Amino acid sequence: MNNVYVYIITAALVSFLIRALPMTIFRKPIKNRFVKSFLYYVPYVTLAVMTFPAITNATQSKISGFLALICGTVAAWFNQSLFRVAVICCLVVFFSELLLV
Amino acid sequence: MNNWYKNTYNISKKTAFGQGLKDGIPIALGYFAVAFSLGIIAKTAGLTPFQGFISSALNRASAGEYAIYTLIAAGASYVEVAIMTLVCNARYMLMSTALSQKVKEDTPLIHRVGAAFGVTDEIFAISISRPGYLNPYYNYGAISISTPAWALGTSLGIVAGEIMPVNLVSAFSVALYGMFLAVIMPAARKNRVVAITIIICFILSYLASVLPITASISEGTRTIILTVVIASVVAILCPRPSQEDDADE
Repeated sequence: MNNVYVYIITAALVSFLIRALPMTIFRKPIKNRFVKSFLYYVPYVTLAVMTFPAITNATQSKISGFLALICGTVAAWFNQSLFRVAVICCLVVFFSELLLV
Repeated sequence: MNNWYKNTYNISKKTAFGQGLKDGIPIALGYFAVAFSLGIIAKTAGLTPFQGFISSALNRASAGEYAIYTLIAAGASYVEVAIMTLVCNARYMLMSTALSQKVKEDTPLIHRVGAAFGVTDEIFAISISRPGYLNPYYNYGAISISTPAWALGTSLGIVAGEIMPVNLVSAFSVALYGMFLAVIMPAARKNRVVAITIIICFILSYLASVLPITASISEGTRTIILTVVIASVVAILCPRPSQEDDADE
């Protein structure tokens, strides 16, 4: 069993360096087109990969998780705020599981 | 609202801090709810409320922390956690890079690092959209309210996750995914390549979770591999137009 504090410090150190280094190193725009494009797509790819199918496994019923994915996608598509999309997903799971579970 | 359009750099430190604090309130409310659901996941990884507080205060990264907790739960190595943090938070590198273009050249290193430390999706969004040079005190104001909310929410999620009825845990646990969707879908609407990429991600991520060869790999490692492969392929096939500024996406 690894030490939780070492995990936390490792993650904290890496996320600090990721944020701090560009701010101190890059004073001019990055020119490399591949690197720029890669960095641009990374957030969307990571978040999408982590969302599905994980969302269907987080809930009691796979169907309620899937419904939350659909409703959350629609709400986010229409530019609802982060907070609202999160609340909508929670409500969808809560009410659909009243029937499903 | 009028203040929003004024140049942030030329106002006093105190005024900038106050404005940041004010703009940070709605962010803090959203963070609190999402961090609560993150706490439920941290609980499954065996974190105590104190550890969750420290971890969230230092990392301030929803996707990154989520990935870290799933790795801890799986008993992953420290190296895996470091790589995962790097991959999940790679967007902060881009944001910090974009923000670095807004920093006045004579800004002391301590303020560069201080402003960079606070970069999250939302803090980045409110600070990059202000005209003129970056005033680090504005960022400090926003961080000073949003970070405690994020850390406290995580702790409460760990505490309440235990005593909450299972149907409420189930409902709260999707808040985090809702937040992920809120970050990716507006970009998908504006950019067809991003939309198609997201669909491909869903399909490949699902296949990777069921196919015998890849299903045996830990979830965190699968995410790293899929992210690097998919983002690289898309970057090669559909490179970003070189004229466009990343900051306005």
